[in-house]
Amino acid sequence: MSTSTVDHAHGRALDPSHGQAHDHDHGHPHGLARWLFATNHKDIGTLYMWFAIAMLMSGGVLALMIRTELFRPGLQFFQPEFFNQLTTMHGIVMVFGAIMPAFVGFANWMIPLQVGASDMAFARMNNFSFWLLPPAALLLTVSFFVPGGATAAGWTLYAPLSTQMGPGMDLAIFALHLMGASSIMGSINIVVTILNMRAPGMTLMKMPMFCWTWLITAYLLIAVMPVLAGAITMTLTDRHFGTSFFNAAGGGDPVMYQHIFWFFGHPEVYIMILPAFGIVSQILPAFARKPLFGYASMVYATASIAILSFIVWAHHMFATGMPVTSQLFFMYATMLIAVPTGVKVFNWVATMWKGSMTFETPMLFAVGFIFVFTMGGFTGLILAVTPIDIQLQDTYYVVAHFHYVLVAGSLFALFAGFYYWSPKWTGHMYSEFRGKMHFWNSLIWFNVTFFPMHFLGLAGMPRRYADYPAQFTDFNMLATIGAFGFGLSQAYFLFFVVIPTIRGGAKAPAKPWDGAEGLEWTVPSPAPFHTFETPPLVK
Amino acid sequence: MTYAKRLHAFMLGLAITASIPAMAAPELIGRPVEYQLNLQAPATQIASEIYDLHTWMMVVCVVIFVAVFGVMFYSMFKHRRSLGHKAATFHESTAVEMAWTIVPFLIVIGMALPATKTVVAMKDTSNADLTIKATGMQWKWGYDYLKGEGEGIGFLSNLSTPRAQVGSPGVLPTEVRGENYLLEVDNEVVVPVNKKVRLVLTANDVIHAWSIPAFGVKQDAIPGFVRDTWFKAEKIGTYRGQCSELCGKEHAFMPIVVKVVSAADYSAWVAGKKKEMAALAEDPSKVWTIDELKIKGEKVYAANCVACHQAGGKGVPGAFAALDGSAVVNGPKAEQINILLNGQNSGKYPSQMPAWKQLSDADVAAVITFTRNNWSNKAAENIVQPAEVLAARK
Repeated sequence: MSTSTVDHAHGRALDPSHGQAHDHDHGHPHGLARWLFATNHKDIGTLYMWFAIAMLMSGGVLALMIRTELFRPGLQFFQPEFFNQLTTMHGIVMVFGAIMPAFVGFANWMIPLQVGASDMAFARMNNFSFWLLPPAALLLTVSFFVPGGATAAGWTLYAPLSTQMGPGMDLAIFALHLMGASSIMGSINIVVTILNMRAPGMTLMKMPMFCWTWLITAYLLIAVMPVLAGAITMTLTDRHFGTSFFNAAGGGDPVMYQHIFWFFGHPEVYIMILPAFGIVSQILPAFARKPLFGYASMVYATASIAILSFIVWAHHMFATGMPVTSQLFFMYATMLIAVPTGVKVFNWVATMWKGSMTFETPMLFAVGFIFVFTMGGFTGLILAVTPIDIQLQDTYYVVAHFHYVLVAGSLFALFAGFYYWSPKWTGHMYSEFRGKMHFWNSLIWFNVTFFPMHFLGLAGMPRRYADYPAQFTDFNMLATIGAFGFGLSQAYFLFFVVIPTIRGGAKAPAKPWDGAEGLEWTVPSPAPFHTFETPPLVK
Repeated sequence: MTYAKRLHAFMLGLAITASIPAMAAPELIGRPVEYQLNLQAPATQIASEIYDLHTWMMVVCVVIFVAVFGVMFYSMFKHRRSLGHKAATFHESTAVEMAWTIVPFLIVIGMALPATKTVVAMKDTSNADLTIKATGMQWKWGYDYLKGEGEGIGFLSNLSTPRAQVGSPGVLPTEVRGENYLLEVDNEVVVPVNKKVRLVLTANDVIHAWSIPAFGVKQDAIPGFVRDTWFKAEKIGTYRGQCSELCGKEHAFMPIVVKVVSAADYSAWVAGKKKEMAALAEDPSKVWTIDELKIKGEKVYAANCVACHQAGGKGVPGAFAALDGSAVVNGPKAEQINILLNGQNSGKYPSQMPAWKQLSDADVAAVITFTRNNWSNKAAENIVQPAEVLAARK
């Protein structure tokens, strides 16, 4: 399909119809209409990122409420039923509201710039896939105020607990449906853009790593989001229409819910980390001033991780009591993922080796990512071993593990990407001092929060507990103190880094990083409203 | 797994571990301790295999971590532009890339093999000396001794930490917390030492998980399905665990306590428990006074009902029904007996009233009498006898 030239012409022809016709080269609609009817990939990318920041802050407030209650044993602030709503909504908001939309925002902004396309393939669908998200967020917010409150079944929404929930559960199901539809449309857009709209000469194996990881992620999303939709739809019909998919009394099986959910849920965790790998793989060569050590093996490792992610889901369910053969199969398959993940880490270190490194904030976050994410990788390997997993399942060890890969992994990579590309987005350089403040505070407070959770989990503290035995007090206090430090660091990021950088600051050159490579640095900063209307030639 | 043991010893020898008391040679006490840094001391063969596996994996991971990040930090300090280091241009090396794919693969195999043996052993529930059924319910555990010495014994096991130690939002706890806060129950599971105990698990309402960290046991209890696991405790003592699968609001308040005793003590316990059950069985024919029922009913209420209906009988608006002023509690007693025995799904609340038929006739009669005469309730039919409950069961 060589339709890329047709798409470009099409995109240009449409522009005047939704903007000021007199200024069609550089102008764009203003005010609310610019955002509501946005079809420009940069505007939509910006919308996604603002949405993600808003959700990150709301999810963070929920997390701080959880940590406040857990500062000491006993019930001080919240009833346990409300506490369960907090843990559930914190998970849903962070996974579906913050991390995933943030990466889609990055994809919208950067993929067309990186492959030399004028826009995303389906501009109007792009608009729709973003504008599905605010209603979903609204449903989740409203759910706190309906009788019985928000769903309190955990972000995994296990049956049959989910059938006991009030109308908040139905709102969460509809919200997830909307966010799932949004993700699927976003993914289709990304796949088509990458496969059909690359500039002449940009072969697949010349693509920047961020595009590669998103291409693979988009396929994962298209494969598994419908599975989640199926699982929650069955929950919905079990709740209201008398079906018994997960109700044993009617011939159903509660464990089947878990199989279906985790068939979605495990690829989902790679959906949240693969684009992070891509961002880090672009930043390291730029600041080491040395090409990525093994480009091809990075691509193959990413693809291997994606394929393996489909055959490991039941390692989340070792405690359900599977037959011994299943336990062994899922243990071996899970441990196998350590191999391609190791290849990635070794590649990054080899890229840094004998480079000429400088440590601006993007590089700090990228190196911080490798260091802390690898700890999460190791605890993942330890959890893959069935007997140890059974000991640690549903304890704070698991909480520590997935925050090491999701916060220190995905979130740190997003920060790295922000510092790396924000000159291109805003046309201003962020303050290096403030960037470093943000980095060191995030790194230190993150570890103060989550490192003690390993010990709590090993000692046996179960997760999703509103109250705990007094022996766990000290580490919980430490974690709460760390959480507030981490939360304040992110408020600092928003108010002292993001907003000031948008409002002003030193003028950014087209290519602020001397070691950076890629088409995005060939356009001015800030990137004009329309870029690559004539595709560049890649040699 | 002798090499794992050897590594374990090596690890203990390390200065790091020696300087952290909680990590070195843990004392077996069957519950977590303050500042605990490692798994609980194992009380079964399986738990000690898990402990060794974990130690072995930690050692391997720490070695890899130090090696990889040693290289990375060396590079970060030496290969900087500020030191005038010029970037090399090398990239891609088939030999290096093959090596760092194959070596980790071999390491992973080295981790998976010893684990395989433990996985197989954990699933082998055959030839048990004693079989106990554990039933998870919102929010307590029920136990039935199915096979072996003590067959026929059955009881419910509730959290025995008083609510006055927990407190509630805005209300400070009025009692000092004990050392087994949230880890103590009214009826402990008693098992003999060095006997293989097979545990059969199911649940009444939602999924719960039965777990004793010192035994290395964690198994979901799934409504409508039966799963099994096993343990063989090697030391006499009391071992404590907690429900480990989110099961609703009182998830944190349904602990599990297993008391491991000598064979002789176990026989004595079985005899005592049987006598107690026989005494209970005689109850229905006895006619109770209203005060006896009210006193007994208050205890039953505190153990079983207070979590939802609350101490003041007001329930929780939108979540749990109020009993104070309730039409059912003040109306004909037959309807209230029926609801207690069979449960009720009025559709007015997200969760339903479960059936309480596992309580004894005397307990049901007492708790109904208690609710009919407590708070502002003044029911016309103010007393229910165990015999009436027995009749309603048929």
